[in-house]
Formats: sequence, C-alpha cells, structure tokens
Amino acid sequence: MVVMKMKFPFQKRVQLAKGLWLLSLSATVAGALTFSLGCILKTELLRRAEVMDNSNIHVVPNTLMIVGLASLGINYFASKICQDALDAGQFPRWKNFLKPYFAISSFFTVLMLLAVIMSFAMTGSLEFSLKVGLRNGIRFYKDTDTPGRCFQKQNIDYLQMAFECCGNNDFRDWFEVQWISNRYLDFNSKEVKDRIKSNVDGRYLVDGVPFSCCNPTSPRPCIQYQLTNNTAHYNYDYQTEELNIYLRGCREALVNYYMGLMNTIGTAVLSVFLLQGSVLVSLRFLQTSMEAVAGQENTEIETEGYLLEKGVKETVMEFVDPLMKFLLFTNKVEEAGAILV
Amino acid sequence: MPFMPVKFNSQKRVKLAQGLWLIYWLSVIVGIFIFSLGIFFKIELRKRSEMMDNNESHLVPNLLILVGLLACGINAFGGKVCHDSLDPVKFAKWKPMLKPYLMMCCGFNGLLLLTGLLCFLMQFAVYLTLAEGLKNSIKFYKDTDTPGRCFMKRTLDMTQIEFRCCGNNNFRDWFEVQWISNRYLDMSNDLVKDRVLSNVEQKYLMDSVPFSCCNPGSPRPCIQHHLTNNSAHYDYDHRIEELNIWTRGCREALFSYFSSMMSSIGILVLGTIILESADMAGLKYLTTALETMEDPENPECESEGWLLEKGVKETFGDLLTKMKTLGKGNQVDEGGDAQEAAT
Repeated sequence: MVVMKMKFPFQKRVQLAKGLWLLSLSATVAGALTFSLGCILKTELLRRAEVMDNSNIHVVPNTLMIVGLASLGINYFASKICQDALDAGQFPRWKNFLKPYFAISSFFTVLMLLAVIMSFAMTGSLEFSLKVGLRNGIRFYKDTDTPGRCFQKQNIDYLQMAFECCGNNDFRDWFEVQWISNRYLDFNSKEVKDRIKSNVDGRYLVDGVPFSCCNPTSPRPCIQYQLTNNTAHYNYDYQTEELNIYLRGCREALVNYYMGLMNTIGTAVLSVFLLQGSVLVSLRFLQTSMEAVAGQENTEIETEGYLLEKGVKETVMEFVDPLMKFLLFTNKVEEAGAILV
Repeated sequence: MPFMPVKFNSQKRVKLAQGLWLIYWLSVIVGIFIFSLGIFFKIELRKRSEMMDNNESHLVPNLLILVGLLACGINAFGGKVCHDSLDPVKFAKWKPMLKPYLMMCCGFNGLLLLTGLLCFLMQFAVYLTLAEGLKNSIKFYKDTDTPGRCFMKRTLDMTQIEFRCCGNNNFRDWFEVQWISNRYLDMSNDLVKDRVLSNVEQKYLMDSVPFSCCNPGSPRPCIQHHLTNNSAHYDYDHRIEELNIWTRGCREALFSYFSSMMSSIGILVLGTIILESADMAGLKYLTTALETMEDPENPECESEGWLLEKGVKETFGDLLTKMKTLGKGNQVDEGGDAQEAAT
C-alpha cells in the first residue's frame, strides 16, 4: 500500500531536480530568517527580563534558533542531493545517507510547527511570570539602597513610560505598597506617624503614584498624589478623569506587546514550515524515482516515485520497533525465561 | 606633454574597465545611502518642528535628497559607459557624450562640496532656531485649549522625557513662566490670589517643574514642587541634589543630537567627493586609453592614457583663452551689427 504514487518521466525528473534546487535555496534564506526572528524575540524578552519571574517563555526563541540553524544544514544537503540527482552515476552515493537524513529533517520540521503552537500556548505562562515579576518590581521599587534591587525603581519607571501603563493590574496597585523609602520620610512629623499607625504592617501607604504613571497627553499638569481626594485639587473628579495617569496595567500592556510580536513571528515561521515541508516532499519523490533508475542501462526511462513505501502506520512502526527493542529488552528476557523453565 | 600618462596594454584596459564598473556601482549605492539620509534628516526635522517654532530651514535635507538622486543617475550612466567600453561598436555611440559628461561630473563635485560645507555651517542656524522655538514652547505649554497649540504640552513632555532634559537653558526656565493653565487654578483661593498678585504680569509663577523633568535614576521619588525650598522636603538640599530632575537644558540636548547627525552626514558627503573624483579619473584614463589605440582593428595593441592632454597650467590657459574668445566673439558680432545698422 504505497502512499502517493506518481509517474516520473525523464523530463519531469529533470524539472523536479531544478525546481527543488531553487526551492532549497529559498528555504535556506527562510531558515536564516527563522534564526534571526528567534534572535530578535530572545533579545526583546531579555530586555524586560527584570519584570519576568521565570524564563519558561524562552523555550520559544531557543527552539526557533535551533530550527533555523538546522534548516540551513538540511537545505544545504537538499541542494547537493538534487544537483547529483541529474547524474545517475553520482546519485547512488547518497543511498545510505538518505534514511537518517529524512528522519532528522522531519523531526526538525515538526519542531518548527511545535514552536509556533508553543508561542500561542504559552500565553498563560508568560502572563503568570509577568504578574509575579511586576508584583515584586512594585514591592521593591523603594529599595534603591539594597544591593541587587538598586535599579528596580529605574526599570519600573522606564517600563511605565515606554509602555504607557501604570502598576500591575492598574494604578491601584501602588496604593497597596509603600513605594517611598523610609530614608525620605520624616518620622518626627505627625502626618507620617499617623499614616504608619493606620495599618497593621506599619507601612507608609499613600493614594499616590510615581511620576512615571503620568500621561503627557493630559491637558492639565499631572496629579500624582491624593488621587482619590476630589477636594485636594481644583476642578478634579477622579471617577471621570481619564487622561491624567495611564489607566492600563503594565501586565496587560506587556502581554499584548509580546503576543503581537509572537503572532507576527508565528505567521512567518508557518510559511517557512510550509516551504521546508515542500522541499522534503519533493526530495522524497526525487529520491524514490531515482532509485528505480539505479542499475538500469537506459537512465532516461520513466519511473515511479512515492512518498512512503508502506502505509503510514507501518512506516512509523518500522522506525519505532528497533527503538523499542533496544530500550525494553523484552524479547531477550522472555527467551531466557523460556529456556530456564 | 600629457599630465600623468600611464601605459595600458589590453589586459590592463580590461582590468581598469571592470574595476571602474564596480566602483561606479559602489558609488550608486553611496548615492542611495545619501538619499535615504536626506529623507531621514527631513523626517527628524519635521518631528521636532514644534520645538523649532515651525520655521526651521529644510535646505540641507532637500539638497541631500537632490544630491543623492543625481549621484545615482550620474554613476549609473558612468557604469553603463564602462560596461560598453570594451566593445568598440557600443563605445562609439557614447564617445561624443563623454566631454560634457565629465564637465557635469566636475559640477556635481562642486555641488557635493557645497552640500558638505552647508551641513557644517547650518548647525548655527539650527542652534538659533532651537533657542527661539524652545522659549516659545515653554511659554505655550499651558495652552492646551488653544487651537494650533493643543499638543505643545505633549510634544514638550515627550521631548523632555526622550532627550532627558529640562527647560531651555536649564530647569529654572520653568520658574519664569506660568505653565499651569488658569482653568485648573482656583482663583477664589487666597494662596493663588497672592501668587498671582506678587508679580507685575499677574502670572501664577512657582518654583516647580513639570513631571517630564523627573529623572527615573533618582533613588527618591521625584520632587517636582517647591524645588528651592529645602524645608518643604525631608532630607533635601537643592544645591547638592543632582539626580532628582534632569539638569541639562533641552536646547543643548537637541542641538548635540542634530549637530552629531549633521556632522556625520557632512563627513560622508565629503568622502563621496573623493570617491567621485576617483571615478572621474578612472573614466578619463579609460577613455583616453581607448582613443589612443594605434590600430583600432587590433584589440591587443598598447595605448597610453592620461588625465589631461597638456599640463595643468596649459589646460587652464587654454580654458581661459576659450572663455575670452567667447566674450570677444560677442563683441565682434555686436560691432558688425552696429555697422550694419549704421549703413
């Protein structure tokens, strides 16, 4: 039961070889493109690594880079093989090479598809990582004198200004932490003492946000402090005021940014996957049609090409069986047991 | 006595033609690069035009765009001539155009020199425009309800954040203007009334700066208001505090940005002059080598190439006499006409 049998007269074989050569050239360029897209994604993820708790999401750009490099090798060999295909004397030297070559190439091509699927599936993991990272960033905002956290304030400020966002879920996250360091609080002042006593943890909480939450498009100068107190500012109603500070949370802003980036990259990688798949399919047809020519005197006869010699299940079993035998030793143990008894 | 003669055999001629063809295409790429730099510079000027009072001079970017396009055209033509030079039939149709082409290249080099000089000289104009424009921007910061100036606040805030600067010369420029609109001032409040009456022009002046002057690298939350009042903030001395707000003025920041851009473009343009001169020299050698072939039917013969047919002094002397005869020719004609009119 052969899968996808096709007849290949000599001219068609020649055309297939030439077309495959061009295809493998463009697939090489596409592979380099995949590698560079992986590098770009990794750089972008590393830039904001301080607000990410774990680096699980880095599996996507790492896979893209590996696949990009692998496809360069795959397509190099594909172009070499199709150049030799037109010369019936040269082609047989590739015989033993092709079986493992196809196995490895299919593995890397499937890996490409997996990378695209992963980039969509890992949204939840990215969001969780950002949630924890941003929460810590906001908590350690004031610790500009603690080694290892000195630059947390600067990072969060630049992040909020660049992505036009405030806080983790929204600006109210700043009301729940003390973001002003004790070094700049006058503990002799009555107001400071009252505030600190007013909550269980002894923290100085304000209904204010850092300056980096300010929205430059607001028509009035930025109101940072006493945000929920309408009487503290002239002509101000915090429930209807929309332009004063950024209302969006940084987690949402970052997730949108990275999902947009990964969607674009995913689309490009999908087309590279299709291109690579077509290279492998054409190479398989070329190989099977050339194998039938081997040993014949007239190299210009018509031959048959196919994708798989047996059906899909049987081909998979062919590959998996030796692997299973090696891993499980089941046959050997059974035989030994039977002999003893 | 030809100026700088060089002997050419067939091999050398072929090599010269091929090398010159490559250099011409390199010059085309450089021309495209200058064109794109001109467009980039124009876009940057447009982006910051609000800071420059909308009357900045676009002479330099326009010249760069023109020069880039001309460079592409001239060098592509030169490349085509080189490509055809080794085939005598094709070369014959280009021969009459070569002298005016070389004259045009000389003129183009002069234009390049002018552009390069302007890149350096126009920086003064940019500085003056920036000084005037920023002063007005700070004045109109509060006018977010006046048509034509609605976005001044946003533009100035984004500029101060992006270029890490505050005010025109420094942050004290904000103390001299009212940057809070009257719409947000409670005029019935005594404090507000005191402040407004405290100066001749009835402006609400404060020793405060907008939030965009804040430096994120400061270890303490930003102090925007009461900047010169040490007792208003705990553990604060305005004379030694350096990290709180940006201390650099925006005029200096923007000027250094534009000046470095214009200087690098100027250096590139001056480098292009050297490249173009090399192109012209190569083409002159190639054409003279092809013209002086003793036996046109035999492509293997030797020939001589030079830069100028006579020495430098004699060539200039010839040019001057040519220009004089042109002038005299007109006089003789006028004299003749006058005689005819008289008779």
